[in-house]
Amino acid sequence: MAEPSILFQLPIALGKVSGHTAIVTGAVMTTIGTTIDVAPSGIDGERLVAPSRGTPAGGRKGVLKGGFTPYVLLIPATAILLVLVGWPLIQLLIMSFQEYGRAQVFGAPAPFVWFDNYVKVLTDRQFWQVLFRSFAFATVNVALTMVLGTLVALLMTALTKTFRLVLSVGLLLAWAMPPLTATVVWGWMFDTAYGVVNFVLTNFFGLDYQGHSWLIEPLSFFTVLTLIVVWGAIPFVAFTVYAGLTQVPDEIMEAAQLDGASGSQRFRLIVFPYLRSIFLVVFILQVIWDLKVFTQVFALQGIGGIRDQTSTLGVYIVQVGLGSGEYGLAGAIAVLTVIIMMAISIYWVRQTLKEDPL
Amino acid sequence: MTAVTATAPPTGARTGRTARRIRSVLFSAIAVVITIVSVFPVYWMIQTSFKPNNEIITSQVTFWPKSFTLRNYQTVFDASRSEFVPALGNSIMVTLLTVTIALVFAFMASLAVTRFRFKTRKAFILTILIVQMIPGEAMIVSVYRVLDGWSLLNTIAGLTIVYVATVLPFTIWTLRGFVNGVPIDLEEAGMIDGLSRMGAFWKITFPLLAPGLVATGVFGFIQAWNEFLVSLVVNSRPEMMTLPVWLRTFQIANGTTNWAAIMAGSTLMAIPVVIFFVIVQGRMTSGLVAGAVKG
Repeated sequence: MAEPSILFQLPIALGKVSGHTAIVTGAVMTTIGTTIDVAPSGIDGERLVAPSRGTPAGGRKGVLKGGFTPYVLLIPATAILLVLVGWPLIQLLIMSFQEYGRAQVFGAPAPFVWFDNYVKVLTDRQFWQVLFRSFAFATVNVALTMVLGTLVALLMTALTKTFRLVLSVGLLLAWAMPPLTATVVWGWMFDTAYGVVNFVLTNFFGLDYQGHSWLIEPLSFFTVLTLIVVWGAIPFVAFTVYAGLTQVPDEIMEAAQLDGASGSQRFRLIVFPYLRSIFLVVFILQVIWDLKVFTQVFALQGIGGIRDQTSTLGVYIVQVGLGSGEYGLAGAIAVLTVIIMMAISIYWVRQTLKEDPL
Repeated sequence: MTAVTATAPPTGARTGRTARRIRSVLFSAIAVVITIVSVFPVYWMIQTSFKPNNEIITSQVTFWPKSFTLRNYQTVFDASRSEFVPALGNSIMVTLLTVTIALVFAFMASLAVTRFRFKTRKAFILTILIVQMIPGEAMIVSVYRVLDGWSLLNTIAGLTIVYVATVLPFTIWTLRGFVNGVPIDLEEAGMIDGLSRMGAFWKITFPLLAPGLVATGVFGFIQAWNEFLVSLVVNSRPEMMTLPVWLRTFQIANGTTNWAAIMAGSTLMAIPVVIFFVIVQGRMTSGLVAGAVKG
């Protein structure tokens, strides 16, 4: 099962020294981590090539046949994944075809109703509202995170060492905050009566925000939510893109500058193609994380927001399933969610396999 | 600062240098602004946690406590007013168990897929990749029912196995990369020098994998420590809560009356994560700097 709370990402240097070139920085992500290996050695076609490993994957020597040994080594991991991912997944599928409500929890038989739950979900206006809301939220958040994160990364390349260090430390602190803690703190900053945001807007900018409630109105709720999520996600994008930027050979950039390429041309024609695979992976991860955002939405609703008008997919599943006891319906929504996420993830899996072949 | 422009024509050099200086100042200023925005919530959390209540419940917000107090932390630790201490215990237990079990299982699996060739190898790795993309939010209802079926609701064991399953795919994938990075030739050289295969592995390869184990271990730690949804649903009894669920419960109960204590609790919950982040980050920044100065 993928990690339930999203967006906590951690930077780890999977430093690999490769020939004489500098340490290649990988960014490890939550759940999904992958190492983005930036080619230190140049371009292969137009795609970055991963630095060659100590032993190439194919035709390695000294690899063991080992008979049963590998299977034995895989037993614990396989067992736990079968029991806690495989089995629940099957249960989920079965449940989505059953009438499964409170009565069934207390032992009543669960009759198969086949696609009734799906029909009910797909004809429910609220489901489409939630779906639309989730996608709208993800679109805005991914766009903001990618653009601002990339700008911060570009800024980092232009800074002196001292200021870059200051900025890195600042970003790191934001990144390290647990999503729930961050949401609670932002909730306090946006507090109606004693929040610092209302105070600053009223006293420093002369606006009338005294006693203004930020979370009651859905659009305003999502503005605050976006602020929380984007604030927490920019460091990951910035660090990852920056690590990629440092690998673009200076000679090429200088040559382009001498040829009269403007800043935006250099980014569009050189940097972007160079970092395309990094951008793609980061982009897909952001889409997935923002689509299934749970912790921040749920916690912010607890601080003050109207649940029915602000729920996203993840929250909606929990609401329908554990809140209203409609397990069958929740199962159907969950299956649909899994299908959507998997469809998006295919790109990520393919990209990851390109970078790091089995 | 730099002498790059020294060889350019004199007039051009002067305007170029001025333009460059203005740009440099501008960029530094933007960097400072971004840093402030980035750090502000952290700073606000910490300074609030030290304020007495009369500096909170006031329309005159101050940016630094006039008088420092530790009372908010006392409130958090006070057993009659909050369940913080048992939640801390639960979090520590679940986190340590998750990290240990996940590392052992993942280590075994990563050895299998890197050092051996067998029929289901590729299928296993592919499954690992796909499994980690399954959203936990979608699975929560059936995970709840599975645990319920085995009477594992509101237990440390139940929460731990869910977390192990959660972090395993990532841990296996990452460790696999690390093991791949250690050439098997090294081990073979050791064997030529008289070590057994196991001996060569433990004496030569294993120490080289230490950074990988630390990195993935820290990942598992942060993951288990921060996890909210599963814990909320599966361990809902007050005495079985973990820290995130405690914090939310505490916030709901005190949201309008005692923000300072909530901030004290938030600070306590965030500290271990920040420390671990900084530890692991150190290596990344050195990587970044190395990349940046290579010129």
